[in-house]
Amino acid sequence: MTEKTLTPPPHTEPVVFTRDMLDWLPWLEPMAEANMTERHLASLVDAARVKSPYFRLLARDPDVLEARTHTDKDIFYNPEAGLPRAERELAAAATSRLNGCIYCASVHARFAATYSKRVDDVQRLLDEGVGARLDERWEAIVAASVALTTLPMSFGKAHVERLRKAGLDDAAIADLIGAASFFNWANRLMLSLGEPATQG
Amino acid sequence: MVDVIDQLVGIAPGSKLDTIRANRSEARKHAQASHDSLFRPKSFGGVTADERHAIAAFVAGLHGEPRTDAFYSAKLPATLRGVIAAEVVSARTTGPYGRFPKGPLSTEDAPGPTWKVSETGAKALGRRLTAAFEHTHMLVFHPRDAAAPSLQSLLDAGWSTTDVVTISQLVSFLAYQIRVVAGLTVLASTP
Repeated sequence: MTEKTLTPPPHTEPVVFTRDMLDWLPWLEPMAEANMTERHLASLVDAARVKSPYFRLLARDPDVLEARTHTDKDIFYNPEAGLPRAERELAAAATSRLNGCIYCASVHARFAATYSKRVDDVQRLLDEGVGARLDERWEAIVAASVALTTLPMSFGKAHVERLRKAGLDDAAIADLIGAASFFNWANRLMLSLGEPATQG
Repeated sequence: MVDVIDQLVGIAPGSKLDTIRANRSEARKHAQASHDSLFRPKSFGGVTADERHAIAAFVAGLHGEPRTDAFYSAKLPATLRGVIAAEVVSARTTGPYGRFPKGPLSTEDAPGPTWKVSETGAKALGRRLTAAFEHTHMLVFHPRDAAAPSLQSLLDAGWSTTDVVTISQLVSFLAYQIRVVAGLTVLASTP
């Protein structure tokens, strides 16, 4: 039997990039909480994610979801050395801005603003896009994220040299590569399996 | 156990990048676990090993990162190698393109084509992989054009909802893995 996609309930679609909290409405049926086995629940890693239709949809393939979640958490939350959290979030927000994932950009722009306290710079990235004037270090991080995201990829030695000049060591550059690359994963899932909606 | 990213970048034990990756040991381990759960899963479910490798070779071909391209092409059944290479040639373009929701962002719209598998390709690939390749092209080059009908095309071609989740993860994971390989390769070769 052929399955059908879902038609989301009436909602307001966000038409600009924003730091506001958004909802996400799936186009495919998430697992019903009642039908989830221990394996499915464990794949969420955080028990609270059972309330999220996005994670209950991805839980249909629990092994991939679980591995993906642990990858995500280490790239962004591991506090040891490397790139400061604010700038990992900046790379995620810039990647999401370029790919056009309004939902992902909203989450990671909020984190970037919270951790950096540079609310105006983060908002300028959302409003103007990846060409926004920031400062040299942030522009170098955004430019590297862009070069890793566009196809064909154009990330090259000049990007590495610019980042080093801006004060990033190789551990920080590896974090940037991890964060921008990871959002090329996350953006594609968020963009293609459902749509954002404004709250309230 | 082989770590595919280390292998493709050529990260030697004890090298600077080995140490850097070791400081993100969970990310390193689970990037590989993601790979394994897609290509060597406990159960293949509704997406066969050959189907997974066919989609992976197509994704890697579209990205044009030489190491990952060679790695995934080598896993293809010989009968599909020429077919997929020909589709890659017709499908490769620049990205990301696509439209934004109607409104202030419309000035940034970069509309572009919806790619279709060739007739010859469709015969060789069959209905399921043809639909999967067309969806994959959108995911790789213009993901913001995604809409529910693109998923319905996959369901209509015989994939289940769970299969679509697996295929979406496979393509999206590769968008990550290929960029990490490309990025770390540049970092390793910039003295």
